[in-house]
Amino acid sequence: MGLTNSSVGVKAIASALEIQKQTSEDRVIALAGNPNVGKSTVFNALTGMNQHTGNWPGKTVTNAQGYCSGKQHSYVLVDIPGTYSLMAHSAEEEVARNFICFGEPDAVVVVCDATCLERNLNLVLQTIEITSQVIVCVNLMDEAKRKNIKINLPLLSKQLGVPVVGTIAQKKKTLDELLTALDQVTDGTLVCAPRLISYPTPIEDAIAILSPQLEELCEGRLNARWLALKLLDQDPSLMEELESYLGKDFLQNEEVTRAMTCAKQILEEQEIHQDRFKDMVVSTLVSTAEDIGCSAVTYEKEGYHAADRKIDHILTSKVTGYPIMLALLGVVFWLTITGANYPSQLLSTGLFWIEDRLTDFFLLIHAPDWLYGVLVLGVYRVLAWVVSVMLPPMAIFFPLFTLLEDVGYLPRIAYNLDKPFKRCCACGKQALTMCMGFGCNAAGIVGCRIIDSPRERLLAILTNNFVPCNGRFPTLITILTMFFVGCAGGIFSSVLCAVLLTGVIVFGILTTFLVTKLLSKTLLKGVPSSFTLELPPYRKPQIGKVIVRSIFDRTLFVLGRAVMVAAPAGMVIWLMANIMVGDTSLLNHCAQFLDPFARWMGLDGVILIAFILGFPANEIVIPIIIMAYMAQGSLLELDSLLALKDLFVANGWTWVTAISTMLFSLMHWPCSTTLLTIRKETGSYKWTLLAFLIPTAMGVGTCILFTSIARFFLK
Amino acid sequence: MNTSITLNHLKPGEKAVVKELLASGSMRRRFLDIGLIENTPVECLGRSPGGDPSAYLIRGAVIAIRSEDSEDILLRQ
Repeated sequence: MGLTNSSVGVKAIASALEIQKQTSEDRVIALAGNPNVGKSTVFNALTGMNQHTGNWPGKTVTNAQGYCSGKQHSYVLVDIPGTYSLMAHSAEEEVARNFICFGEPDAVVVVCDATCLERNLNLVLQTIEITSQVIVCVNLMDEAKRKNIKINLPLLSKQLGVPVVGTIAQKKKTLDELLTALDQVTDGTLVCAPRLISYPTPIEDAIAILSPQLEELCEGRLNARWLALKLLDQDPSLMEELESYLGKDFLQNEEVTRAMTCAKQILEEQEIHQDRFKDMVVSTLVSTAEDIGCSAVTYEKEGYHAADRKIDHILTSKVTGYPIMLALLGVVFWLTITGANYPSQLLSTGLFWIEDRLTDFFLLIHAPDWLYGVLVLGVYRVLAWVVSVMLPPMAIFFPLFTLLEDVGYLPRIAYNLDKPFKRCCACGKQALTMCMGFGCNAAGIVGCRIIDSPRERLLAILTNNFVPCNGRFPTLITILTMFFVGCAGGIFSSVLCAVLLTGVIVFGILTTFLVTKLLSKTLLKGVPSSFTLELPPYRKPQIGKVIVRSIFDRTLFVLGRAVMVAAPAGMVIWLMANIMVGDTSLLNHCAQFLDPFARWMGLDGVILIAFILGFPANEIVIPIIIMAYMAQGSLLELDSLLALKDLFVANGWTWVTAISTMLFSLMHWPCSTTLLTIRKETGSYKWTLLAFLIPTAMGVGTCILFTSIARFFLK
Repeated sequence: MNTSITLNHLKPGEKAVVKELLASGSMRRRFLDIGLIENTPVECLGRSPGGDPSAYLIRGAVIAIRSEDSEDILLRQ
């Protein structure tokens, strides 16, 4: 099957770590932490760089870098993937460990969750074993306060032997202390003396034999005690890294080998074999963390999680779990459709007013017809359509979705849907990647890295396209509104539209399940792997931040991409629609060629060619259809959805055409960006081709089936 | 009171203490990572709508584990 690590792009993240300093004075700081502790929020607050953070485990899948400066120095901050441990069980952990061990950062900041400090301390302890240049940043102090959790920071610092600062990442002021600590630690004015973790006697004895030998050879490049521990552990992935970092000869050094044999003997005498050794090491770490946690943290109220449990009970119970999920989806769509309606009209009125002025201008300067056609009727009109139709729904949908994400609802979706996904031999985390796909399928595919098993990751990648991305929503909404809701407006029709749209999405999700199941029974055979998922505490969303962030990070980014594609596409399409070959246009020739096949699917040649030309971006499908129909002689002023419907009906659209178009929009080839991303993530043309073929075949098949049935009953 | 059950048999609302991890390989390490060692208290918080996985309170964090994985965790009640 070729399902190795390297073929699914895991290695790609590991190798993509290059530090770019702005000046040679920059000091390199690694930002480590458990998943979902607000690490990226700290990163953003410090660097001001926009990097999207989500309230679900494992969001940082690539290394982000940013710059910040304290009073004394400037820093390169490297946001390494969130991990529970540095023992490298997954690609992320390997990246994190390798950077802390071999990336030679000047200091490591470990971000911890104040509401769940004890578990976070495990990572802190593992980090201070590697390097003494560690600063512990206890984040989410406000959440802890709300839950009546008291943390004695000075005591914690004393117990760990490294500086500890409490922060609320949203309040930039609280981060000043962190910067001061960074200055002090990297200057050496504050010398850390990390707590030594004391392991059971036989392990300590073995370390005592081995570490003096290593001390000499390391020359301070690595902590000898830690290295001794790891050599005794014999973790193959680390051995490889060590060999390339320290040189081959290092481990074959005679004295080291001799000491190793001696140390191993001590362990063997106590019957401490490899597995038991690992267990003992981890248990020591966990119980040390427990000790420290018990002394430094006080819970003033017993049921400090009570509110969360109550919410969880409602959101994930047998009776209400699924209905609430559906209802939330519906409400999000309803708000999007209703809210977008008015600004959309306003925008389109405004933009077409500008088109009229542009027309006046072109008439005034006596511009040639073709120039006017290409620039105004081609480029401008498609742009105007894309902006007026896409911007308002996106500006509403993205913030709403980010809000759900911020509150912490998305991991609950994964929790609720794990069972059905397991039935399809896949992983509940696929639900998270599906959610990301709503925004952009390419983003969803990158997000698939949160799935550990390569087989399950591929399943998620190959089926991600069955959730419509933001570029396809406008198509679906427009068609739904025109043909099934009526353009009259009013609350009833918007609710109906939301319900229908939810139905379309649910159909897409069911298809995801079906295809996932089919794939795991055929091409990607296998049993579901294990699954642990953290359900993070609910957080109060920062509504203002969410809106700003989702508009700038997502909305404008996606819109920008759409505009970049739409402008040249508008030109090409206008040219195709207006260059005559024989007695009809080029576009028409293509459409006529595809027409018989398209009719079989319930579409027509123009619709099919629109989808094909929409390959760079799905947003332009409807504009292409409009332009093609208009070029065929209809001289309509498209100032309302009603006029648009008239145009479509005049070109032979019925409700069957409408449904087929929606089905095909839901299920056809992924856009070019998505395919490129799939190629990059899977590292294989074969899987990329499959990612193209599977949804296309499903779409063609479903359309033909639907049309045949509909025609049979209509007869 | 020396009966041992496995974690998947813990009903919502029930609490117990980890006696032994039967899991091996990557699953064992993952359990250790989330702090499941001997004598760790665990509480079952609830089950997902499909009946599986279940959510457990482990060292202050809520972790969802599937039943076929949690049956490898031996408890002392």
